[in-house]
Amino acid sequence: MKTGPRVELDDYASASNSAWCPGCGNFGILRSLDKALVDLEMPPHQVLLVSGIGQAGKLPHYTRANVLNGLHGRPLPAATAAKLANRGLAVIAISGDGDGYGEGGNHFIHAMNRNSNLTYLVHNNQVYGLTKGQASPTTDLGFTTKLNPDGAWTALRPLALAVACDCSFVGRGFAGDIDHLAGLIAQAVKHEGFALIEILQPCISFNKKNTFQWYRERIYKVDQDGKYDPGNRAAAFEKASEWGDRIPIGVIYRHERPVFEDYVGISGHELLVKQPIDPSSVGQLFDDFT
Amino acid sequence: MVDLNIMVGGEAGQGVQSVGSVLAKTLLRGGYEIFADQDFESRIRGGHSFSRVRVSRRPVAAALAPIDILVALNEDTIKLHEKKVPNQGIIVSEISKTGVPENSAQPMLDIPFEKIAVSVSGNILMTNTVAAGGILGLLDYDFGLFETVLRGEYGRKGEKVVQANVDAGRAGYGFAQQHRPKGFKLRLKPSGPSGKMLISGHEALALGVLAAGCKFVAGYPMTPTTSILEFLADRGREFGLHVVQAEDEISAANMAVGAAYAGVRSMTATSGGGFCLMTETLSLAGMTETPLVVVLGQRSGPAIGLPTRTEQGDLLFALHAGHGEFPRAILAPGNAEEAFWAAVKAFNLAEAFQTPVIILTDHDLGNSYYTMKKPDLAKVVIDRGTVLSDAEAAEAVEYRRYAYTRTGISPRAFPGQGRALVVADSDEHNEEGHIIEDGKTRRKMMDKRMRKNGGLSRRIAGPAVIRRQNPVYNLICWGSTYGAVAEAARLLEQRGIKAQVTHLKELWPFPVRAFARTLAGGVKNIVVEANFTGQLENLIRAETGVSADGHVRKYDGRPFTANEIVAALEGGA
Repeated sequence: MKTGPRVELDDYASASNSAWCPGCGNFGILRSLDKALVDLEMPPHQVLLVSGIGQAGKLPHYTRANVLNGLHGRPLPAATAAKLANRGLAVIAISGDGDGYGEGGNHFIHAMNRNSNLTYLVHNNQVYGLTKGQASPTTDLGFTTKLNPDGAWTALRPLALAVACDCSFVGRGFAGDIDHLAGLIAQAVKHEGFALIEILQPCISFNKKNTFQWYRERIYKVDQDGKYDPGNRAAAFEKASEWGDRIPIGVIYRHERPVFEDYVGISGHELLVKQPIDPSSVGQLFDDFT
Repeated sequence: MVDLNIMVGGEAGQGVQSVGSVLAKTLLRGGYEIFADQDFESRIRGGHSFSRVRVSRRPVAAALAPIDILVALNEDTIKLHEKKVPNQGIIVSEISKTGVPENSAQPMLDIPFEKIAVSVSGNILMTNTVAAGGILGLLDYDFGLFETVLRGEYGRKGEKVVQANVDAGRAGYGFAQQHRPKGFKLRLKPSGPSGKMLISGHEALALGVLAAGCKFVAGYPMTPTTSILEFLADRGREFGLHVVQAEDEISAANMAVGAAYAGVRSMTATSGGGFCLMTETLSLAGMTETPLVVVLGQRSGPAIGLPTRTEQGDLLFALHAGHGEFPRAILAPGNAEEAFWAAVKAFNLAEAFQTPVIILTDHDLGNSYYTMKKPDLAKVVIDRGTVLSDAEAAEAVEYRRYAYTRTGISPRAFPGQGRALVVADSDEHNEEGHIIEDGKTRRKMMDKRMRKNGGLSRRIAGPAVIRRQNPVYNLICWGSTYGAVAEAARLLEQRGIKAQVTHLKELWPFPVRAFARTLAGGVKNIVVEANFTGQLENLIRAETGVSADGHVRKYDGRPFTANEIVAALEGGA
């Protein structure tokens, strides 16, 4: 995908003012994404960022790339089709835990199943930030909010779900470790198939429990001793289910399987966006009806 | 003048549809004009279903109620339909299986379908071919044409299957010729082939989709538009079109938006229930100014309603679907030919105005077979609207997706086309596509989008009018009801009553002026539509201030017949 002059961080510098709270974990994610794209030498016009709604959904506005900022929970279907239409684009879908695992849960499962060549970044702050602090599908059990006075009754483990769905790349990063996250994103973008990266992202306004400090005390790199094999699904399932005192980050599960665009038989052909329109060719079907 | 109505009835799984379609094609090849439709229940086997074939020398586009030949594959068919067979008509069945009709004066032809099938081919599955052959023998039609149709139909299954069918057909044909009741005078003589197509409304629409250069379709199977998805999945690939079966209609619609944003002509097809789920995305297309074509094939509602039956109950839903306000177009073709051209136009409007376009069809239009001239493909114009050229996109560093313009239409560019970055947003946004909240920009952007309505209105066709001098009635209709209404006008004329027909095939933006010109003083304006509340009648009142003088409405899930409309008018509709 490399063309033209060297890509610099300035190429991704946006003039838009952020609506994020000062100190928000999203800033680290934004910097990691920009860094990954620069490291990959990917010019902005070859990148498509597709997002839903929520604070995570606003990220594409704070960098420079092609953007389709759609509906709450729906970035994956739009991203899937955009990739089918133009496989030349690096398509990155961006979501939050409410957007991706709540409203978009069905699309999440089927996108993993389909294995389109997409990157999916889910900012997981375990709370609904933009609507001011309700529980999300990943909120820790018993966490009380105004809408959940009895405490949250949810504790979805998205990475375990992803491994169960045989998602071909399952990773987890931390908004507070930009270099590690950028490396993870770069690997995901290069991966042929659907790559999920869940990003632990402290919400400094509404989640007083899962703070930067809370995460720093718990996270560890899954491959720190060089022995972890992300190709082992059973081991990956175990790591993906781990949550509490110790929380693994890094590539949890990775394997190769057929990519949707290849499977459906469009990969050897001209991009759909370049396919010619020739009404006269349809005449060849008319005789079937006489 | 030949105007023959054949009905083949039986239970689901007995091959009622295949008898109907083989007959229809054989008669088409003799130069006849055909209209064929089916009535089936939402089940795989059992129940009662029928297929009707109407044969004429002049164009026909609706079923007539009286049946000249009733082919009964089971007893129920006789019980349910024998009263619709006039005394010069005939009932054809295997009497040992179906029994004799109550009215024993009724001409009957007893053809032992199964016995013949088994004795000729050893295969009970040939019963359908025996039946079709029997009807053609009864009519003394050209067997050679029947044989060519059978060869076309079964050719892919090999010569053995073809020959077995031909033999079975010939046996049925010969039996009927030998045993034809003396009083039965009707004969059909083929002329040369007309070269016309026999095609369902949805097949014609799908051909239009291909001709329009659609490259991406996403859908979730739902009667009655599954046929469109399947046709395009089967035939689209050679035209560079790709079909995705999505996990649900929400996904399907968002996929269509994603592909359209990326730069291809894109579509989804569904029914009312699926369209409910898509309304959020319709609104997204309105806000992001993404061309989105949706085929909404209506069936009886609410909720699951009558899944395999027809209604025109979603006009106002299509008109109001989606939150907020945005421009849209609604097309409602009335037959196969109009369905073809509606598809072509839908893509042109969607891209020219960068907004959703809904094609309203229904179960009746979608599944009925019409005789249609081959469309003149030289007349298919592709209007992709205002799009940056590759050279412009290459240099457009400061590209603004939502630039303010006089027409409300901002030039499009596609991601990856050049250095132009394409920012499309569901939030209210500025010209660059970035989120805003200030009132001034909101108002300007809303004004910009809604300005498209002016141009869109100018592209919407007025009603098609079948005029009569000094008519008593002006029969106003929309969509699939057209054929039955036109037929009703003809029946009325035979009784000395003149009726004008005003057919709205494009409904939104409502063609106010063109519609007003169709109204004349002293004429009874009667709105004929297949719903309970009179949605078109209400829309006309809302848009023009004109109140209709009466209406004919139907909501039993069955398509209108001309006879019913005439009867309703005589009863003082």
